[in-house]
Amino acid sequence: MAALDELTAEFNAAQADPNFRAELSGLLGSYTGRPSPITEVPRFAEHAGGARVLLKREDLNHTGSHKINNVLGQALLTKRMGKTRVIAETGAGQHGVATATACALMGLDCVVYMGQEDTRRQALNVARMKMLGAEVIPVTTGSKTLKDAINEAMRDWVANVEKTHYLLGTVAGPHPFPYMVREFHRVIGQEARAQVLELTGRLPDAVCACVGGGSNAIGIFYDFIPDADVKLFGFEAAGDGVETGRHAATITGGAPGVLHGARSYLLQDDEGQTMESHSISAGLDYPGVGPEHAHLADTGRATYRPVTDTEAMDAFKLLCRTEGIIPAIESSHALAGALVVGRELGPDSIVLINLSGRGDKDVDTAATWFGLT
Amino acid sequence: MSRVAEAFAKAAAENRAALVGYLPAGFPSKQGGIDALSAMVRAGVDVVEVGLPYSDPVLDGPTIQQAADRALQGGTRIADVLATVEAVAATGAATVVMTYWNPVLRYGAERFAADLAAAGGAGLITPDLTPDSGADWLAASDARDLDRIFLVAPSSSPERIALTVAACRGFVYATAVMGVTGARSQTSVAAPPLVARIREATDLPIGVGLGVSNGVQAAEVAGYADGVIVGSAFVRKLLDAPDLAAGVAGCADLAADLASGVRSRS
Repeated sequence: MAALDELTAEFNAAQADPNFRAELSGLLGSYTGRPSPITEVPRFAEHAGGARVLLKREDLNHTGSHKINNVLGQALLTKRMGKTRVIAETGAGQHGVATATACALMGLDCVVYMGQEDTRRQALNVARMKMLGAEVIPVTTGSKTLKDAINEAMRDWVANVEKTHYLLGTVAGPHPFPYMVREFHRVIGQEARAQVLELTGRLPDAVCACVGGGSNAIGIFYDFIPDADVKLFGFEAAGDGVETGRHAATITGGAPGVLHGARSYLLQDDEGQTMESHSISAGLDYPGVGPEHAHLADTGRATYRPVTDTEAMDAFKLLCRTEGIIPAIESSHALAGALVVGRELGPDSIVLINLSGRGDKDVDTAATWFGLT
Repeated sequence: MSRVAEAFAKAAAENRAALVGYLPAGFPSKQGGIDALSAMVRAGVDVVEVGLPYSDPVLDGPTIQQAADRALQGGTRIADVLATVEAVAATGAATVVMTYWNPVLRYGAERFAADLAAAGGAGLITPDLTPDSGADWLAASDARDLDRIFLVAPSSSPERIALTVAACRGFVYATAVMGVTGARSQTSVAAPPLVARIREATDLPIGVGLGVSNGVQAAEVAGYADGVIVGSAFVRKLLDAPDLAAGVAGCADLAADLASGVRSRS
């Protein structure tokens, strides 16, 4: 509690400090490469009922995903708190790579916890983290995936809290993390809203994003929430299908519960034991979801739908072949969902998709899936 | 006076600390766990903590997580936890359940309180519930006269210690090291000052958990605490034993060593 109180106070002070904001904004420009562009994808859109489809290109950020936005903010905060060591959890490895990158940039010690299962399916990112000077600790407890990596990071944090900041990578966990991580990712929606207005002269009809913990989705959603005519769609990983029980569709198939210090939807059995999630996408393989998404679902402001491994991989291939962009498998869930949304909304509609990451890390998985090896 | 408070009062009257022993229910098996806890009571454990095995025990170290995983793989359910409580409480020892919050939330706080009380349980230790987030448990435990034990840590602010002890009943659980559960070779320098800070805020007895694994360490902790809490060291005896009988005997021997430790305050 003391560490969370300290972090909340420090974050609020930093947000109010023009110097902190200027330093972060400078890094986002010169280091990350923001603003990330909007790309219209007409050949892909032919499969979306003729809707205009626009991609918010978070895949073009330095390190290859949206994760760097939050990481740079929290790394600056770490220095501000006088802490010298950073720990993080990672699923697909994108958050781990972004964290290792920021720690190299700022001279911080870095330890990344990663489920053993994920170190295998995201071996490229493990090598990247090590190259950047981070220590990667494979987690062998529980389901050996993201939730267990968070467990281990929390254990490390309570034991080493004086010098260590836990750089949580999604909008889950205890306050202030869901709030703070959202604030660091809001830049996605702020930019996209202005870019779509400039390009099309109006707001989009729908904004689509994939949801694991929900950081890229809340980042692009947040500044559209007051725009009541803009529909918000979150796409959860349905794995083999929600009906099979082998999925990670927390809002679709879960029930309210407490995990990692937040009350939200949770995949759990009838006695509150966390159930293992399943998804081809390591980054969406988490049995919880950020509490703000639970709120948006309950109030009806956003709609959450499941997308299976097969649907996501079909969309992955479609974007590769129609637009020459290899998306992350996580983001491919948003692409698949958006194809359906486009058909529902019709030919005059505008659909904005958060392309949250690039697919370089997924080439092995995809090659195996498509039988290319 | 609750049974937990009685156990602490009895120990205080004997000028010693109470010995609090923990095992998760269903480990190494349902009956094996009951046998081990019963043997620990016979060997001198005053208050028993029955752990509710949970999939994500973030405040526990590898030893207890391994035991919880084994219990869950063995199919341990809340009904088995309550049956363990019933069997152990029948020995006469004050018996509480230690649980992460989500299983209780899912089961229903009122229903859990009712079933725990019916099984003869004296209360609940809730390591990941803070009193300011626990209104439903405060109400349910009041309705069933159950003790409720919240945790404080060396990092807890004076305000948080005051808020926490005000909601406690039975005893206050001081986690005297920053970190997860697990046996440690050295006792903590943070423990005595933490206990002193808690004493300024409450008259409740204070139990200290910090990885005690032998009578010498127990005696040292008994020098400043009202209760010595031991968990991982008992689990370790069962994990390392070649069979159940040896594991139960190991738990009994350890309990006897610790019981003599809490009687020789250093």
